[in-house]
Amino acid sequence: MSTYHSRAAGRLMVAPSVILLFLWMIVPLGLTIYFSFLHYNLLMPGTETWTGFLNYQYFLTDPAFFTAIVNTLVIVVGVLIITIVGGVLLALLLDQPMFGQGILRILVISPFFVMPTVSALIWKNMFMNPVSGLLAFLQKSMGFQPHDWLAATPLLAIIIIVAWQWLPFATLILLTALQSLDEEQREAAEMDGAGPVSRFIYIVMPHLGRAVTVVILIQTIFLLSVFAEILVTTNGGPGTDSTNLAYLVYAQALLQYDVGGASAGGVVAVILANIVAIFLMRMIGRTLEA
Amino acid sequence: MGSITLRQVNKKFGEVAVIPSIDLEVEEGEFVVFVGPSGCGKSTLLRLIAGLEDVTSGAVLIDGKDATRLPPAKRKLSMVFQSYALYPHMSVRANIAFPLKMAGMPKAEIDAKVADAAETLNLTDYLDRKPRQLSGGQRQRVAIGRAIVRQPSAFLFDEPLSNLDASLRVQMRLEIAELHQQLGATMIYVTHDQVEAMTMADKIVVLNKGRVEQVGSPLELYRAPANLFVAGFIGSPRMNFIRGQAAAAYGAATIGVRPEHIQISTEGGIWQGTVGVTEHLGSDTFLHIHTEDLGTLTVRAGGYVDFGPGDTISLTPDPGRIHRFDSDGRAIR
Repeated sequence: MSTYHSRAAGRLMVAPSVILLFLWMIVPLGLTIYFSFLHYNLLMPGTETWTGFLNYQYFLTDPAFFTAIVNTLVIVVGVLIITIVGGVLLALLLDQPMFGQGILRILVISPFFVMPTVSALIWKNMFMNPVSGLLAFLQKSMGFQPHDWLAATPLLAIIIIVAWQWLPFATLILLTALQSLDEEQREAAEMDGAGPVSRFIYIVMPHLGRAVTVVILIQTIFLLSVFAEILVTTNGGPGTDSTNLAYLVYAQALLQYDVGGASAGGVVAVILANIVAIFLMRMIGRTLEA
Repeated sequence: MGSITLRQVNKKFGEVAVIPSIDLEVEEGEFVVFVGPSGCGKSTLLRLIAGLEDVTSGAVLIDGKDATRLPPAKRKLSMVFQSYALYPHMSVRANIAFPLKMAGMPKAEIDAKVADAAETLNLTDYLDRKPRQLSGGQRQRVAIGRAIVRQPSAFLFDEPLSNLDASLRVQMRLEIAELHQQLGATMIYVTHDQVEAMTMADKIVVLNKGRVEQVGSPLELYRAPANLFVAGFIGSPRMNFIRGQAAAAYGAATIGVRPEHIQISTEGGIWQGTVGVTEHLGSDTFLHIHTEDLGTLTVRAGGYVDFGPGDTISLTPDPGRIHRFDSDGRAIR
């Protein structure tokens, strides 16, 4: 790519994919923004009228909106904490030489390959069901009142389900990072008199910093839009107790048939996601440099 | 403080005996070099002394006390690793201070000791840098700094210079030797480079396939190698080995003559040959001479020689400097 001609040719070659990707992004975004300024109800097709910012006003003053934002953040933060703490511990465990290590690693990774709807249904019907679930059975066998996870603590139930799905991902990334730690560094720390705990704090954790950053960034992107697990288990309820922003937009569009309001919600969600992204990059993106 | 004794130390990895059985005495304040070709078990031996590997049988005594089962941190040894093993996220200061911090020393005392070590090693200006901002030689010095702050009873070096370029290696070699004089501490140094061994050691331990071939001062090993392996390993260029009739004439199965102990002349010598490749180093010239019945011999001559490739040459070995070996490869004295 040194000469003027080869640079120009290079640009020409990548142009189709760049244009395609740009259209792929801009057309849905443009349409969403356009719809968000319309009164557009699916039950009355053909009656779309321009309403200005009314959709936004309606969506932002909806009492469910604030709950949805809080729920979204609680899910993101909760799952992140569980997956990173659990992931570090599991990675440390899996890094130990032991019998059946290969099979064990595959088993640990496997939840990641189960589709969200399937795993949510299994959790809902086989574990968290207050009558026939395994957790209820355990509680009953010890003489406790069974806990109705999805009715009493719906958000916690969803956090547990989503964390179970993402734990393998965090474990996998952290395990590979752990294995890239220079053996001589560990030995040097050992010679320097650092015990297992000090070695973990001063040598292992700083080494894992970059991997933890990657896990946080990637998971945040996906956790902001958790949807299938909520739809299959609680339907956002009871009330709006487990409704996050993605689910609220869905409810607006396909339960209340208000495409205009849902589009406004979508635009708001995009803006919020970008705010979170900027915030994250400012806060932890620094570890990715150098 | 600082004597190390190995008693019938044996190390097996599974069924493979890497070190069959070694007895060794390292005196206090000595600079001992373990030298040998790669895979001879010299690094393993050092790691056994450090406690990073467990001995299969035998005993390691440090300062007369049995340390065989002690964890590495309790042995009062420090080690400089081949890759330096600096902690990349810590500054130079934090790296050097780390062992003291782990020992729970008060902060003021740590600062004083780190400043001292930095002074000794010319690192004062770099204390706040990260290891990746340092050159190879500076990293090496930080690793040494981290080793000396603890004031250990002995230092262990695992091929510390192999990652440096040639001129830096010569310089660091000198610095380590100076450090040894300054601190007077016991040092055990592992290398595969016989030049490092010759220049730095008080005592060289030549290892081959996990066995000690010979222990002695550099000049002892050079002047009186105990067997063919040591004779071939110590000295550069390598000693010439001659078998057959020419050796039988001296009453040995094999005789060895160092390249520097052969005189060259145009005629009148006892061996004749043709000059092959000549290597001019300025001060010296190495002549590779093809002979009919002795194979190729290397001869070291002065910087100014008139022989070129293809010339016929006559060789005379220095009679007092011919090493004789029996059929088992042991030296005949």
